Amino acid sequence: MMASGMSALMSHWWRNPWQLLTLIAGLALATALWSGVQAINAEARASYAAASDVLGGGDLARLSRVDGRSLSTDEYTTLRRSGWLVSPVMQGILEAQGTEFVLTGIEPLTWPGASPGAETGSAAVPGGLLGEEAAVLAHPDDAALLSDIDAPVRADTGRTRGRLLADIALAERLLEGRGRIDYLIVSPDQPRGIPDLPEAYRISVPENTTDISRLTRSFHLNLTAFGLLSFAVGIFIVYGATGLAFEQRRAVFRTLRALGLPLSRLMLLVTAELGLFALVAGAAGVALGYLIAAALLPDVAATLRGLYGAEITGQLTLRWSWWISGLAMAVAGTAVAAVAALIRLARMPLLSFNHPRAMSLQAAGTQHILLLVACAFCAGGLMISWLADGLVAGFGLLAGLLLGAALCLPVVLSAVLRLAETRAGGAVAQWFWADSRQQLPGLSMALMALLLAMAANIGVSTMVSSFRLTFTGYLDQRLSSELYLRVNSDAQVIEMMPFLVSNADAVLPVVSADAREGGLPAEIFGLRDHQTYRDNWPLLEARADVWDQLAAGNGALINEQLARRQNLVPGDTLSGGDVVLGIYSDYGNPAGQIVISEALFTSRYPGATARQFGLRTDRPDALAAALQERFDLPADALINQQDLKAFSLSVFDRTFSVTAALNVLTLSVAGLAILISLLTLAAMRLPQLAPVWALGMTRRQLAGLELIRAVSLAVLTGLLAVPLGLLLAWVLLAVVNVEAFGWRLPMFLFPADMLRLGALTLIVAFLAALWPAVRLARMPPQTLLRVFSNER
Amino acid sequence: MNGRPVQILLRVILALCFAVFPAVSAVAQGFAGLGAAAEGFTQPSRDIPVSFPRDHGPHPDFRIEWWYLTANLQDADGTKYGLQWTLFRSAMAPEEKDGWASPQIWMGHAAVTTPTAHYVAERLARGGIGQAGARADPFSAWIDDWEMTATGDGIDALELRARGTDFGYDMTLSATGPIVLQGDRGYSVKSTGGRASYYYSQPFYEISGTLRLPERDVTVTGTAWLDREWASQPLGDTQISWDWFSMVFDGGERLMGFTLHDSETGDFTAATWIASDGTPTPYPNGAFQSRPLETAQVAGRDVPVVWQVLLPDKGIDVTVRALNPQAWMDTSVSYWEGPVTITGSHPGRGYLEMTGY
Repeated sequence: MMASGMSALMSHWWRNPWQLLTLIAGLALATALWSGVQAINAEARASYAAASDVLGGGDLARLSRVDGRSLSTDEYTTLRRSGWLVSPVMQGILEAQGTEFVLTGIEPLTWPGASPGAETGSAAVPGGLLGEEAAVLAHPDDAALLSDIDAPVRADTGRTRGRLLADIALAERLLEGRGRIDYLIVSPDQPRGIPDLPEAYRISVPENTTDISRLTRSFHLNLTAFGLLSFAVGIFIVYGATGLAFEQRRAVFRTLRALGLPLSRLMLLVTAELGLFALVAGAAGVALGYLIAAALLPDVAATLRGLYGAEITGQLTLRWSWWISGLAMAVAGTAVAAVAALIRLARMPLLSFNHPRAMSLQAAGTQHILLLVACAFCAGGLMISWLADGLVAGFGLLAGLLLGAALCLPVVLSAVLRLAETRAGGAVAQWFWADSRQQLPGLSMALMALLLAMAANIGVSTMVSSFRLTFTGYLDQRLSSELYLRVNSDAQVIEMMPFLVSNADAVLPVVSADAREGGLPAEIFGLRDHQTYRDNWPLLEARADVWDQLAAGNGALINEQLARRQNLVPGDTLSGGDVVLGIYSDYGNPAGQIVISEALFTSRYPGATARQFGLRTDRPDALAAALQERFDLPADALINQQDLKAFSLSVFDRTFSVTAALNVLTLSVAGLAILISLLTLAAMRLPQLAPVWALGMTRRQLAGLELIRAVSLAVLTGLLAVPLGLLLAWVLLAVVNVEAFGWRLPMFLFPADMLRLGALTLIVAFLAALWPAVRLARMPPQTLLRVFSNER
Repeated sequence: MNGRPVQILLRVILALCFAVFPAVSAVAQGFAGLGAAAEGFTQPSRDIPVSFPRDHGPHPDFRIEWWYLTANLQDADGTKYGLQWTLFRSAMAPEEKDGWASPQIWMGHAAVTTPTAHYVAERLARGGIGQAGARADPFSAWIDDWEMTATGDGIDALELRARGTDFGYDMTLSATGPIVLQGDRGYSVKSTGGRASYYYSQPFYEISGTLRLPERDVTVTGTAWLDREWASQPLGDTQISWDWFSMVFDGGERLMGFTLHDSETGDFTAATWIASDGTPTPYPNGAFQSRPLETAQVAGRDVPVVWQVLLPDKGIDVTVRALNPQAWMDTSVSYWEGPVTITGSHPGRGYLEMTGY
């Protein structure tokens, strides 16, 4: 009985292979988006772990010369023999086949944490640097380019592209004297009683030690949220497809029950069938997710590198963890989607007729419940944002609002359609609106999916676009000098100054010192009073005569991060006694900043001299070239404002391509959901359409009305998605961003983008409705006639 | 004749087996294939006798070498302590080069054992840059700020210091007896196959100085024992572990003995009796016996910490008891090494080393 029952159930799919395909495809797509995003996240996290790696020395402090010069081997040996546990790092550029690589030489024997006894958290030194196997370790993609260097090269997936790692002896030979000891890594576990550090050296914590994983957390939470949303949308498809399959197989179920198959057995069979589909689709989805991740990862890698300086390898490795999680999501999703259908099956009386009208009436009763649940979700979101802190609060708010809004959708659409119905003139129009409203319960899941997809699109693209616009505008203001110069020693400053003064229109020194404000590290800057700043500095809030007051030494400017952290407004007093004159935006910097006048700075920090200069000039390229030639500066000593801006824009464009790809994918998933819902309804609606056809409306006209209905429902949903999307963008910018970075971004509207999205949605809805409509237009008249002869 | 080459080999095998961490496996690469021929490295020869002061210094053309000092100490209250200072050299190639490209790798171990605590530190360095090394005359051996340096002729008077994150010591040593050449005037045969090393000891040091412990500094005095050995061709690879004893009896005699556990041929023992004037008497396999009496849980394993040691030819039947059973050396290659007290026919004190547990 079980076997024949199973084959009876399965026969449905053999007769409707397309339906099977949509079910599998929907589930696979949902799983694919989810697991693709998870794969990207997992890869990035693994990279961060590896990136606190040997190359940078992770978060370990560095010892360098006060005068900025490199260290000699003798200096290293002297420090070691005095008891200091330090390990040398040598860096230089190695050129091979026209490509430049950063070669880092380290000393594996003295690297902190190399001994198991030492309790440092430093990442392990990779093997194969010393001994007979000694080789240059390179990313697998780079290894091929290095075939003609005079050293063995070994591919190592732990390396980042463009960066090579070798033992210091090998690095010294390959760099031919260009390599010097740039700095020494200082072990956190120093022996007791070592002598004081000689005055020629200083220890600093590297600038990029701000915890990358914390900074990038919001980026990954964004991605995860996107993945979860895609999955939710995909589950709507599965809901639609299983609903359709149950609907169409009612007769089969009845027959099987009538033949004596117990309900429990039938339920078991159906569950087994769905479980099988879930596993097949889940596996396909994970594989597809791998492809998606592989396609997106290079762009994500570039974004992360550009925004946060976080290196991720850009190469995907299959991790068993997301195979498991992908399959689990597929099974869980199928269960959620099918539970309603299973309950209906369990309650199905042996001899009943399912009537769509009855379903709609019943739905009217549940509308109030839906509305209540929606309110509960919104309230829950608000509660979370009120009770919890940080990113969790932001995303809790987002989830609550989105789900609440989605659940409200059927109620709102129903009200709108009822309004249209009362306003409609003529029988056909009235029937059209009434019929649309009746279809709503069957379509509402798909429409919710569309709403979520569109809102997410609007929200995320508004955020990214606002970010881009603000950030580039900010760069224009803040980077007002054409060239930025960094000098390594005071001697070099003295040497260069006459040349700078005579060749640049203005030389604006940037002098800074480390300070603490409110117990947290902050940087304090001395600013020369200059028209450039008065014209361009991006002030958010300030006193009227802020620049004169600042020049007179009557107070300080602080950045937005510090102001938010310490709840400071202009007029407040800092712990050092300075009055806050103004607050400026300072995107991309996690630390607090305080700006005072150059004179005040000099009086407070008499030892500090400027090593960085902004140079105003009409001919930045010529000046840069002249400086480069005359003073033999290292490559990173001069920054051209134009290049920096171009680079920032390229980062944003990469981010855009990722979000654009995800947008298209979620929209397609929503389109698929609509298609399946319409297919489901098409079968159920024949009894309603047949009388209208019999009254004289042609099949073609009916099909046209179907198309109009789909498009108009999509338009309505789209209109509702706009405010929801903007709300989403606001939460992202004003809540999530503040929590993640400590600054708030102004929100800009991009109507053109929204129109484009609207048009895209209409096309998707039209395409989704086209096939059912064409089927209706071509339906043989006897099928419609049969409605009247059929008991159903 | 003695256990030290076996020790180092087994350490290497352990390092290779467990690949404890990359830097050490890098060191270990220098030892790879030690069981086979040591190509390019110099072999010990009976025709070239040990000569001082030359041989206090390093022998970069030999594959492995060490300066191994252990001391039994006690403070004014009679509390007993132990101290270890070891410098290993291993060569990836039979030569020394200036600069980072040097193939010589140095490893230092320092430890202080009290009745209740055991402090350990380790250092690694390469040769060629002066960070670690040794010099014959005036004698000095060092790694980072750890050093063993002569303050007089040869190695008769030494200064010794080392420190870790939580301990350190500063000692002076002076020899009250002669250097003891092991084996045939320092040519120490290790197997019937002809494997050999150069080996001499200075077991007659008096030592005094300060131990710097986390809670306080302690002034101590006692006796110390230095082993010097260099070789290129260690023993076979079936010798998996050993128990090594150095004993200083209250009557002034010394005894060095070990039991080597071979997975194929069973235990092998050897010993050297050193009279109080420094005259050595070597003993063949079987004369020396050691039997575990009690074990203790140390670093997650069962380690014998009380032993019965017998040398019937000299009437020796003693019980050797660890001062602190937890004297585990948690270094790149881990082992047990600590001070012991000796009771029975010949009371005294000494040091015990055990590997392979």
